[in-house]
Amino acid sequence: MMKENYFKNSMKAAGLLALTFFLSGCEKMIIFNSKGPIGQKESQLIITAFVLMLIVVIPVFVMVILFSKKYRASNKNLDYRPDWHDSKKVEWVIWSIPVAIIIVLAALTWKYTHELDPYRPIKHELPALQVEVISTDWNWVFIYPEENVASVNELVIEAGRPVRFKLTSATVMTSFFIPQLGSQIYAMAGMLTQLNLLADEPGTYLGQNIEYSGTGYHKMHFDVHAKTAEEFKVWVQQAKQSPESLSTERYKEISGKQIMDYPVTTFSSVVPNLFQDVMAPYMEWMGHIGVDPGHYHQMNTTDHGSHQMPDSHSGHDMNHDMNHSDHSGHDMHEMKTDTMNMNH
Amino acid sequence: MFGKLKFTDIPTDPLILSVVAGMILGGVAVVAALTYFKKWGYLWKEWLTTVDHKKIGIMYIIFAMVMLLRGFADGIMMRTQQALAIGSQQGFMDAHHFDQIFSAHGTIMIIFVAMPFLFGLMNLVIPQQIGARDVAFPVLNNISFWFTAAGGAIMMISLMIGEFSNTGWTGLAPLFEKEYNPGVGVDYWLWAFQIAGIGTTLAGINFFVTIIKMRAPGMNLMKMPIFTWASLTSNVLIIISFPVITAALLLLTMDRYLGMHIFTNDLGGNMMLWNNLFWMWGHPEVYIVVLPAFGVFSEVVPTFSRKRLFGYKTMVYAVAVIMFLSFIVWLHHFFTMANHPNVNIFFGITTMMIAIPTGVKVYNWLFTMYRGSITFTTPMYWTLGFLTLFVLGGMTGVLMAIPPADFMVHNSLFLIAHFHNVLIPGALFGYLAGFSYWFPKAFGFRLNETWGKLSFWGWAVGFTLTFMPLYIAGFMGMPRRLASLSNPEWAPYMYVAVVGALIIGFGIFAMLVQLFLSVKDRKKNMDVTGDAWGDGRTLDWSTASPAADYNFAIIPEVKEIDDFARMKKDGTAYQRPQKYYPIVMPKNKPYGAIIGGLSIAFGFAMVWHIWWLAIGSLIGIIATVIYFGFDDDNEYVIPAEEVKRIEDERFDAIEAFRAQHTINEKEVKK
Repeated sequence: MMKENYFKNSMKAAGLLALTFFLSGCEKMIIFNSKGPIGQKESQLIITAFVLMLIVVIPVFVMVILFSKKYRASNKNLDYRPDWHDSKKVEWVIWSIPVAIIIVLAALTWKYTHELDPYRPIKHELPALQVEVISTDWNWVFIYPEENVASVNELVIEAGRPVRFKLTSATVMTSFFIPQLGSQIYAMAGMLTQLNLLADEPGTYLGQNIEYSGTGYHKMHFDVHAKTAEEFKVWVQQAKQSPESLSTERYKEISGKQIMDYPVTTFSSVVPNLFQDVMAPYMEWMGHIGVDPGHYHQMNTTDHGSHQMPDSHSGHDMNHDMNHSDHSGHDMHEMKTDTMNMNH
Repeated sequence: MFGKLKFTDIPTDPLILSVVAGMILGGVAVVAALTYFKKWGYLWKEWLTTVDHKKIGIMYIIFAMVMLLRGFADGIMMRTQQALAIGSQQGFMDAHHFDQIFSAHGTIMIIFVAMPFLFGLMNLVIPQQIGARDVAFPVLNNISFWFTAAGGAIMMISLMIGEFSNTGWTGLAPLFEKEYNPGVGVDYWLWAFQIAGIGTTLAGINFFVTIIKMRAPGMNLMKMPIFTWASLTSNVLIIISFPVITAALLLLTMDRYLGMHIFTNDLGGNMMLWNNLFWMWGHPEVYIVVLPAFGVFSEVVPTFSRKRLFGYKTMVYAVAVIMFLSFIVWLHHFFTMANHPNVNIFFGITTMMIAIPTGVKVYNWLFTMYRGSITFTTPMYWTLGFLTLFVLGGMTGVLMAIPPADFMVHNSLFLIAHFHNVLIPGALFGYLAGFSYWFPKAFGFRLNETWGKLSFWGWAVGFTLTFMPLYIAGFMGMPRRLASLSNPEWAPYMYVAVVGALIIGFGIFAMLVQLFLSVKDRKKNMDVTGDAWGDGRTLDWSTASPAADYNFAIIPEVKEIDDFARMKKDGTAYQRPQKYYPIVMPKNKPYGAIIGGLSIAFGFAMVWHIWWLAIGSLIGIIATVIYFGFDDDNEYVIPAEEVKRIEDERFDAIEAFRAQHTINEKEVKK
């Protein structure tokens, strides 16, 4: 207990030291201005590691200057020993200090890589807000399956409540990143990745794609609005009033051709299983070669009692998804369980 | 007849056209000058077909420097664009032009600057350092150079005809697939990279065998100079890792040309496979370019501190450990690909472990300076600049080895700042230190020190101003590869960075001035002893500058580490041998130039789907290799009398120089 406190305190002290030294008054460095626990831990980790490494780095600066002055050939009182080329003492020191630092860093890596695993749900009294994220060329589609609303190029979340993102890509690889909340993660077509974040306070934050994805990549940024619980409810209500609905056709319009800066839009409803259907064509070869995406779609837009869609068809083909589950490691496994959850 | 190639594929962008016009004019000027001075024969006989490792080394370095100019031009255009295109401003190029430039910049700097520069230095130095007369496979050495040059030529052609890749120097799966990238850009990148890579693999094998088999008697592994050690490890990495990229590029070729689905999203393809294969090569590649630079510093510091390297054994173990570890860290390039935490932890910890031997090496160089008698020449400036700046890059590297920390800065400008911080002070400063250090060995005169130091300051100050702001922009969340900036808060840092890039430009300008002035004043800086700095410690300084074709008239017997320093101490250096023997040397061969030319044709034909030319040139390459296999007329003998004449001339010159020197000293005393 003592040790842990000591560790935490020294981490804080180290963090403060580096903050004052290096980042004085730099609120603009949003990596260090985190608005959520994930980002805070990660930025603190950066500072801790930085300070630890200064133990090795600062002596280098000092020695470069000192030795350059002291041992320059023009120095008359030169202590010149041309045969001095070995010292067990020096060797011990220069090996053991870096080793010790790396051991500490390795321990931190072990602890925090598990703790900050993007897949790990954030412990909280409130259930996580579910958001499905689809990156297209070159826009972002956000689906709220529980609320049955959606938005394009604008993410609205509830401050003080964890958010569980499920991500996929409609085309090439992208990386979903909200610097002030923490971790980024790749979105890949035909695969599902996950990310858990939490915003502590309401505000508007920068969200962006940070993996090059073609000529519209530089436009793939969006505002993240973290709202209070009340405001979020209001936003959902307003979204429900929206005249727009995210139908398959509408989705195709957003994702089908290479377009930038699709205007921010909220949708009052979403065609069921859109997220799965975006992944589906990339997995078709698994057992449905020759089935066109439209047909596939019809087979699957089903069995979502809570999502009242006019064109519901018969039974969602669970076995079908099971077949897909062995496609690609844990990603596809997630896909399976995810589909089950969806059919609550 | 011409595949996909049409007249409309010639770019009409005025910016590109002016560059192309400049290149064509420059080319015409060179051709005209060669014709006017009747130097074609000389160029062909003495250079293009040479098997002399020293000349091949010089050709590699000239090639690297020319490509450095192009790579730098790309770099400064990127910096300018990002300083201009802010908010609603468009900058001076569109997004598609910008992405070609960042792809070309990376490809050129790694494949066509760093690789040829390091092979240039290895060629110049290694045979002389290990007491050998040439490399193990002299004709192959020439062929390797030509493969690299052919790759570079394909790079340059992409500027004139068609377009270049938009998927970065690393390639981006699945963006580089036909579905998303139907143009020829990716194909240019693929073939330039593939052909140069084959040259590198061959050169790696050549130098590995040379170092293992051709050392002078007595030079066991633990007496080898550290530059040779570092190059040995680098070549091991080349031999093991380059086949991976060759295979990966071949798989991509099958995707793009045969409609396969290896790195696609669908039909069983897996884009994550590309990330793994690419970085299984890509990470060792980082150490391939950096280890020989460490080797250079390990030669420069003892020479100018007039002292033996501190902790020779430690240095050897350190490079060996780095070599080994560099194979098991590749995944740190994509911690953010949703790997299991335990996988990330493994690769994170192996990555930070590399910091241990690297840190030890830094301290060994410092302790070599300790109790030394240091002269601050240009190579020493580069070394001290490296020591101060590189540790920052190392530090940010370890930072990013911690997966959760990487989640925050990956793919941001922080990453860009980090790898430029290791590659510029780490690799490039090392090559430039080696360049000024061994230049007198290659040409017999030293470089101008004033302009050399100015060049250093240009690079060091320019580097700091360019890349330190990028670290901060990374902390501000700015992604890499942005064709325009949405956030005006990033702008001030881009302005500083563009100033920094201009200062680097001054550094490059100073380098050119330095070369010009040095050639002009070559009589003044002439070195006749072969030991240009007076404190050379390894065998390379015991030969003439430039060394005779055969390097060593008599192969030396090695007794110690830094054997030339020992000879000078014992008084056995500069002794006329009692007897000379005839020397067998390899003959110049045109196969490299032929294969190189055919490779350019092959690459170009593949890019544009001109199948008859592709098949024809491929058959030509294979036929040349087979013909070369049957060519037994590949050696000639330098008679003992000729060797005696050359060596006597050298010793006479040294004695005359010494006599003059003592007279001068006496006069000074009077």
